[in-house]
Amino acid sequence: MNTTTSPRPAEPTIFDLSQPGRSAAAQLPPALAADVPPALRRRRPPLLPEVSELQAVRHFTRLSQMNFSIDTHFYPLGSCTMKYNPRGCNQYAMLPGFLARHPLAPESLGQGFMACMYELQQMLTELTGMQAVSLTPMAGAQGEFAGVAMIRAYHRARGDLGRTEIIVPEAAHGTNPATATMCGMKVIEIHCTAEGDCDLEALRRVVGPNTAGIMLTNPSTLGVFERTIADIRGLVHDAGGLLYYDGANLNAILGKVRPGDMGFDVIHMNLHKTFSTPHGGGGPGAGAIGVAARLQPFMPVPVVGRDGGRYRWLDERDLPQSIGRLSAFMGNAGVLLRAYIYMRMVGREGMRRIGEFATLNANYLLARLRQAGFDAAYPTRRATHEFSLTMKRQARDQGVTAMDFAKRLLDYGFHAPTTYFPLLVPECLLIEPTETESKEALDGFVAAMVAIEREATADPAHVKGAPYTLPVRRLDDVRAAKHLDLTWKPAA
Amino acid sequence: MAFIPHTAEDVRAMLATIGVSDIEQLFDEIPAGLRAGELHGIPPAASEMEVGRLMSARAVADGNPLNFIGAGAYEHHIPAAVWAITTRGEIYTAYTPYQAEASQGTLQTIYEYQTMIASLTGMQVSNASLYDGASALAEACLMAVRAHRRSKSSRILMPRAVNPTYRKCASAIAGNQNLAFENVGFDARSGQTSMDALARWPGEDVTALVIQQPNFFGVLEDVDALTDWGHRHGALVIAVVNPTSLAILKPPGEWGEQGVDIVVGEGQPLGVPLASGGPYVGFMTTRMEHVRQMPGRIVGRTVDLDGRPGYTLTLQAREQHIRRSKATSNICTNQGLLMTATTIYLALMGPQGLARVATASMARTAELVAALGSVKGVETVFSGARFHEALLRLDQPLGPVLEQLARRGIAGGFDASADYPELGNALLVCATETKTSEDIAAYAAALGETLRAARAA
Repeated sequence: MNTTTSPRPAEPTIFDLSQPGRSAAAQLPPALAADVPPALRRRRPPLLPEVSELQAVRHFTRLSQMNFSIDTHFYPLGSCTMKYNPRGCNQYAMLPGFLARHPLAPESLGQGFMACMYELQQMLTELTGMQAVSLTPMAGAQGEFAGVAMIRAYHRARGDLGRTEIIVPEAAHGTNPATATMCGMKVIEIHCTAEGDCDLEALRRVVGPNTAGIMLTNPSTLGVFERTIADIRGLVHDAGGLLYYDGANLNAILGKVRPGDMGFDVIHMNLHKTFSTPHGGGGPGAGAIGVAARLQPFMPVPVVGRDGGRYRWLDERDLPQSIGRLSAFMGNAGVLLRAYIYMRMVGREGMRRIGEFATLNANYLLARLRQAGFDAAYPTRRATHEFSLTMKRQARDQGVTAMDFAKRLLDYGFHAPTTYFPLLVPECLLIEPTETESKEALDGFVAAMVAIEREATADPAHVKGAPYTLPVRRLDDVRAAKHLDLTWKPAA
Repeated sequence: MAFIPHTAEDVRAMLATIGVSDIEQLFDEIPAGLRAGELHGIPPAASEMEVGRLMSARAVADGNPLNFIGAGAYEHHIPAAVWAITTRGEIYTAYTPYQAEASQGTLQTIYEYQTMIASLTGMQVSNASLYDGASALAEACLMAVRAHRRSKSSRILMPRAVNPTYRKCASAIAGNQNLAFENVGFDARSGQTSMDALARWPGEDVTALVIQQPNFFGVLEDVDALTDWGHRHGALVIAVVNPTSLAILKPPGEWGEQGVDIVVGEGQPLGVPLASGGPYVGFMTTRMEHVRQMPGRIVGRTVDLDGRPGYTLTLQAREQHIRRSKATSNICTNQGLLMTATTIYLALMGPQGLARVATASMARTAELVAALGSVKGVETVFSGARFHEALLRLDQPLGPVLEQLARRGIAGGFDASADYPELGNALLVCATETKTSEDIAAYAAALGETLRAARAA
């Protein structure tokens, strides 16, 4: 394996390429005149690069080549569901008729788009076993926000004003407690058992008349199914609280178990995970929510309704108790179109296969890694669509940590799993292969892990120095936070 | 099976490795009573060809009208290179750059984006994007409450000339934390936020004043006077701006004596298609002193083990995955792909190109107002100078007029009468550099005929 640093110079910034007077001239509109009041005029032009079209194209193409991505690498980032994003979804969502449609165009100029949205609402409702779906939240965290805001609105509408606490298991994604805070709730964190289930005793102690609800991810972030879900539902509902389902891990049970059947009152789905819309280097996501009947009046608007053969927007006039609007229009419409196209291609039977093969791949990968000597964090449990390894033995014996394995995996051509999450698993690697990976890809990952383990024994310092073959080696994060350099500045 | 690569032989071998006889056994920890039945509401699988045919028919059904609607989403020319690059797999199918060494492309792009947006708005620092302009305003209000340590009221002065949907969104998102949004009226003649209305709050504890430039009516506010009023009264000032306009308008960092404190806006005009309202990209910039109160991702430049420059996510102690319930926001996934498109757009346009887009849009709107204003039954509502939108009053109810125009292939504008009933049949129209004199003449002719027919009916 090549472990030398590349002689290729770092890609300059686009500003370093800039020369006064240069432009991408084909992009310039006609020079017209307009009268800006003098007091409101900009005096100095903004710092934008002056480059040719080729310079810009080459620069951003070269930057793209510095990324790992699903299209180029196995990307088993736990809890992120990095499955194949079908190209067809992108191509058809970007048809000119869809791209040109103004969000405020009359309904008569939107029946095609609205038909897709209406059917998407219907399909997601069926798939999750909920009563209704609103597509507007723009990411998982905004879906969570909508869910907790609806729980809050529900209690308030009943005059039940004392319910100000949201219970969150300690393994939850950080977005859960952060969301509860944004909704003006107090966060009560509870522990998990050694086997990864929610601690029912702990739950019993905190649930009560102040409980607005509980936020649960099932399968949990530990990569195991929450077996006590029926007991949790009973405890929380009996106390007058509602159940929130975080859909981050919906891929594991797609078509097999429906959150509505588990008794959840409100859920969000991450369409960029389960329904294969692109992750885009950090978004856009889409966090559609589903509700049980008692929360339907509180859904965020707009929602697509159908009157006779026509589709129309349902807004505050139709849902006067709605928690309101979370975006300027209806959320990440283009993402929703991609999810719709994906669901139509996968179809009824395919939905079930997603859950099955995501689970098969995770359990196979876990079995192979355990046979190779790696330690499962929950050895008595089945993997769901993902599982966690603990590298505490390697950290103790060789001083090679989960982070070192993650960085060395990059040299072997694999994106790293999620590291150090969930926090309660020491030296954690959270691994999610997804259903779209072949057996050969999984076997390749095992071979890399075995090779790194061997390196860690023979030459731990070498593993700790990784990566060696990427555009940069390990970066100084402390310096980044201490000497903030957040914008390019011209040389003095 | 779509997108699942396993052969029967693969499945057999994998099950043997796991030590189970069939896939169903892998679900044996799930209580039997919870298993889903048939999913009748989901259609059977269709091939890419079949779905493609359906989607093509639906895209065509939405027509491709001559568009004169703005109201927060603006039609501009998008260079072909923007989306040709943005949809490259290495960008489109990567995720949040948690592994910095394997994400230098995304990280450097964000650093360049932060530089461009900070400079465009005249501020010192930018984050890596928020969801959209409306939710960005909600985040800015929450941030102002955190950043303004002396103010106890959480009172936000929100002019009615701010985009009504932005105001609704700010209330829906920030209202749960007991922020008090107070309306500030506008001058009926100029369409500018009224200094007299602001005078209602002398000596009171105000956390922040919001200023939209241009405002929802397309009218240019007296931003210097408003900013100075806010600062004189101890408030932070939040600007909501159109990024295209900033190529020629004074940036918020230079408003008044000190410049504003937080800037947000909708980045969609910078290379993002209208696309039924999303995905778009919210931006936020601020002064360095408030950087730790910012929500969202921030990228910094640093060095690697060999001293080479590189980029990484920084100041993560603000964020939900570290700080949990004490985080500055719950935002995690943001609008990375759109941030990329915006950066490429700005690189291609440059300062000169963006200024030409802004000026041409302003000129075309002036032309549009002149053309429509000469149609019988149409008058302009406000006298104030404007950017690329204008409010017109028609002598007929807008619903049927807009429907008739739609039948003629024209999206005629945004009906503002529901949000501003006191303004009558108020129609907000917009023209950008994409409109020609012929387009504008065609709209004026169609509107004239439609109004004539409506009066006759």
